[in-house]
Amino acid sequence: MGLRGDAAIVGIAEYPHTRKYDGERKFTLSQWAELTRMALHDAGLEPEQIDGVCCSDIREAGMFTPATIVEYLGRPVNFAERIDLGGANAVGMVWRAAAAIELGICDVVVCALPSLPTPRDPSPPPPSPEMFFGASSARWGSPQGEFDIPYGNLAQNCGYAMIAQRYGAQYGYDAEAMAKLVVDQRTSGAANPNAAFFRSPVTVDDVLGSKVIADPLHMLEIVMPVAGGGAVVLASREIAERCNHRPVRVTGFGEHLTIKTPTYAEDLCVTPVGPASRQAFAMAGVVPGEVDAAEIYDCYTITVLLTLEDAGFCAKGEGMRFIREHDLTFGGDFPLNTHGGQLSMGQAGAAGGMTQVVEAARQLMGRADVRQIAGCNTVYVSGTGGVMSEQSALILQGG
Amino acid sequence: MEMKFERPLPQETPVTRPFWQGLRDGCIRLQRCDDCGRWVFYPRSHCPHCLSEALSWHTASGSATLYTYTIARQPTAPHFAEEVPQRIAVVELEEGVRLTTTLVNVADGDIRIGMAVKPVFDRCSEDVTLLRFEPA
Repeated sequence: MGLRGDAAIVGIAEYPHTRKYDGERKFTLSQWAELTRMALHDAGLEPEQIDGVCCSDIREAGMFTPATIVEYLGRPVNFAERIDLGGANAVGMVWRAAAAIELGICDVVVCALPSLPTPRDPSPPPPSPEMFFGASSARWGSPQGEFDIPYGNLAQNCGYAMIAQRYGAQYGYDAEAMAKLVVDQRTSGAANPNAAFFRSPVTVDDVLGSKVIADPLHMLEIVMPVAGGGAVVLASREIAERCNHRPVRVTGFGEHLTIKTPTYAEDLCVTPVGPASRQAFAMAGVVPGEVDAAEIYDCYTITVLLTLEDAGFCAKGEGMRFIREHDLTFGGDFPLNTHGGQLSMGQAGAAGGMTQVVEAARQLMGRADVRQIAGCNTVYVSGTGGVMSEQSALILQGG
Repeated sequence: MEMKFERPLPQETPVTRPFWQGLRDGCIRLQRCDDCGRWVFYPRSHCPHCLSEALSWHTASGSATLYTYTIARQPTAPHFAEEVPQRIAVVELEEGVRLTTTLVNVADGDIRIGMAVKPVFDRCSEDVTLLRFEPA
């Protein structure tokens, strides 16, 4: 079952992530073209080699998004996917691109998630409920609109907070361990010029002293919205061998979806990243103890904790101890989110998960500068959409 | 101009009407699958366990426990600004299903996951009664 490991990430592109973007506002289509150009240039590929795209929503179109993008790029393609997995988009894009390449239907696939501010609309549409309710749908007939939104259970903060509270009741909760996770990630983020919190380390006291947004989550345990975005380009083995960098082969993946709203999860503390990760590890023939770095989707601290457990890096209920006992910085014994994670990068909308993919590729290509891990050959990457409702995992390997 | 945010209230559908009518009548009406025997929430056209269409309505006991909760100290949307701190909760009914609710008539320090809770039928308008919970 699964991939042979023939398809590889060969080029990366990433906008610097900034809280207050003061650059030129660009349409999503324009950002798509720009990120594509950057990623191709990085790989040493030409635009006419593109024959596949993976995209998500764009500002300028509500439907027929892939066709709109390939027309704008002027690139006819054999493979086009629009992914709707929220924070799991980036990981979901990479495995779909790799699978399409291995099927032989395309050779060069661009996966882009632009998220810089777009120009101000001269005739803005009236505000829609979705603007305020995050990813919860208030449309008539939507279960969220009928059974969750009226009680204020919407967007992400309160859902993740309720998962953390339940975890605490079942397994115990150590707020200082969660704060240490933020501190370790920020140590790496402070060394990443693309991170919104570049050169801005924090302490455990800073985290625990930050405002509680929804019990038990402090503000510094929650991603900050920023402008940003990134892209990767994947290619077949034959093409990858002629590109500029060490190919980053996609050797394993998994994806699992269970619910939209955590209220209806069978067990709040057992998350879809478990089955997704088991499949990814089995496909790659790798066990968790063999990875050189883990780039774990980190919209909240609790997301990382549950991913460490459910992906098999430690046993259920042992996550807090694992965080306490390991140095999670890029120089540590368990390098976790070596770019600082989204808790340091900031979260550029649904593009947030691309930072994890780009950093994994950087590490495996040996291009992470001061954050480079020596002998980095195998990296685990996860993506999380919604409120632990849809999760994906990758095993990426150099060579 | 300041925007006005009216509290979002549920709009029932033909499928869910018996549930909302139940709340208006002061009881929790739940679906149970005639084929596999399992309880279902939220109300739907097909059983999420076996996809049977044979779902019939029954009155729940009202016994429930608190599965989890949070206290949102920033409004989860501007519509809830006046309800902060929001005591958002997931409650597990005796029948085994879970639902989203808010806790009322309880001090923050007295909230315990696993505690027994009982329904409070909160009449918001002529058409809408919401289901909240308080300590039993």
